[in-house]
Amino acid sequence: MTISNKARYALMSLMGVGLAFIYIPLSVVIINSFNSSRTFSWPPQSFTTQWWSKAIGNTGVRKAFGWSLTAGLLATAIALLLGTSLAFAVSRYDFFGKEVISLLVILPISLPGVVTGIALSNAFNQQLGISTGLMTIVIGHATFTIVVVYNNALARLKRMGTSLQEASMDLGANGITTFRLITLPNLASALFAGALLAFGLSFDEIVVTTFTAGPGIQTLPIWIYNNLFRPNQAPIVNVVAATLVIVSVLPIYLSQRLSQDSTSGGRF
Amino acid sequence: MSQTLRKTLEFISVVEPASVIVSIRNLSRTFGSVKAVDGVNLDIYSGEFLTLLGPSGSGKTTVLRMIAGFEKPDSGTIELGGRDVSQLPPYERDVNTVFQDYALFPHMDVISNIGYGLRVAGVAKEERIARTEKALEQVRLTGYGDRKPAELSGGQRQRVALARALVNRPSVLLLDEPLGALDLKLREQMQIELKELQREVGITFIFVTHDQEEALTMSDRIAVFNLGNIEQLGTPREVYENPQSPFVSEFVGQTNKITMDGRQINIRPEFITVSKSAERGDRIVKGKLHDAIFVGATTRYLVDTELGESIISTDPSGLLDVGDDVVLSWESEKEFLVK
Repeated sequence: MTISNKARYALMSLMGVGLAFIYIPLSVVIINSFNSSRTFSWPPQSFTTQWWSKAIGNTGVRKAFGWSLTAGLLATAIALLLGTSLAFAVSRYDFFGKEVISLLVILPISLPGVVTGIALSNAFNQQLGISTGLMTIVIGHATFTIVVVYNNALARLKRMGTSLQEASMDLGANGITTFRLITLPNLASALFAGALLAFGLSFDEIVVTTFTAGPGIQTLPIWIYNNLFRPNQAPIVNVVAATLVIVSVLPIYLSQRLSQDSTSGGRF
Repeated sequence: MSQTLRKTLEFISVVEPASVIVSIRNLSRTFGSVKAVDGVNLDIYSGEFLTLLGPSGSGKTTVLRMIAGFEKPDSGTIELGGRDVSQLPPYERDVNTVFQDYALFPHMDVISNIGYGLRVAGVAKEERIARTEKALEQVRLTGYGDRKPAELSGGQRQRVALARALVNRPSVLLLDEPLGALDLKLREQMQIELKELQREVGITFIFVTHDQEEALTMSDRIAVFNLGNIEQLGTPREVYENPQSPFVSEFVGQTNKITMDGRQINIRPEFITVSKSAERGDRIVKGKLHDAIFVGATTRYLVDTELGESIISTDPSGLLDVGDDVVLSWESEKEFLVK
């Protein structure tokens, strides 16, 4: 498609405005975490790392970081196990209700977090009688992390086709050896990308977490929310927010790079 | 019936030392409501180059995949070296396959690809390396061992796929349209190389193709498939010169179907001479030269005849121009009847 120069500049400036809307506030958060002024006077007068040291020294923050990390890792592990298994089932076998299952797996990402959260919270507290805690957070996060691993694995399996597995079996390898030597190595980068994405999504999730975390557990986003309106905590909140941005953006960036690499060089 | 029997006896007496290595009996396979393979019987001799020839959907690939073990038959048996293997998984059958898309493992280099079968069979490392190197040499790829499949050309990938299968010394090598993805020049070169390689290693080749010229060039015998069954089984010469069904005569080579004296006769274009006056044989038909189509090595002359039918000839005599009155002539003994 060709567009006139005028239109091109108009579109580019629109895109610039859009990106600025997203990224300027984020940059301000990160810059302010190094701003020596307690009230974030702008422009920053001098550079300091004292808020970072304070945040690192803060037990509440450290605990919250630990919870977020644990929940993220567990939710990712579950997503890897279930998402990969589902992708195998859907891509390799024909069975009754296959399309329905595929849809049911993908559906939770389109549900509002509030709905998922309330539904899970009701189920845990009233129907099942399970007290909320780390395990319920992990289950809550798994509802949307399974999808990303599933999607990544399914796309790769479909692209791989079945002929590599057939070739391996033809050359004398049984099912297990074939999976170990052929299927898994060719699937690994897709799984890794899916896992990074899942971790990124889980690490900064707040809505579902609010409903599924017990009173004793604060993940990083919940800690921020609880401390947001305490003026003397503001500098530390900034640091935590900056950390959240970095820890959740980095895996997603890496994940995208990985998927691109494998599309260009994986198969021929 | 007696003619078939005589032919069979003739055949047996010619290749007496050959023993049957693959024996297929009443093999059938249905996909949904489609009978892909419908009661195939076929004996394949040790050391021969047998081609399964047919259009797409004729069942030839399904037969090959059932011999390999990728598909299970609905009924019937496949014996390999006297043992019924039809229910065994692919890794318990002494056959190897060269796939249409090569199916090289993208994460392994050429050496690891070729050595894969030996590795999973637990062959010791020194022997593995020696045999892999020899296989590389056999397909003339010495020095390419550390390349990844993505760094090879189509023809080179093809050879790696071939080496990967042959290095295991299977009793039968299955080839699923392996030359289909190559360009014409490379394909013709590979046809010759494949045939030479087969003579050299002495392994039975079962080769699937839809290209009749390829089949005629390479095979010891051809099984012509149509609608899930074998329409004719014979040497390239038998299949070409004496097609046993209308389908075979149409699919292998070109055939003129002419109604003369109230019956249909069939004759290949190269047996008909087109000229200004009758020159050859006892059949003579007059006509007008409608078109001359240059197709490289030959020219096809399309003649509108007095019989009301068009006849194609590829054997001109003298200078001919479109629109000339011409005479077609041939020997009636070159005609063949189709049952």
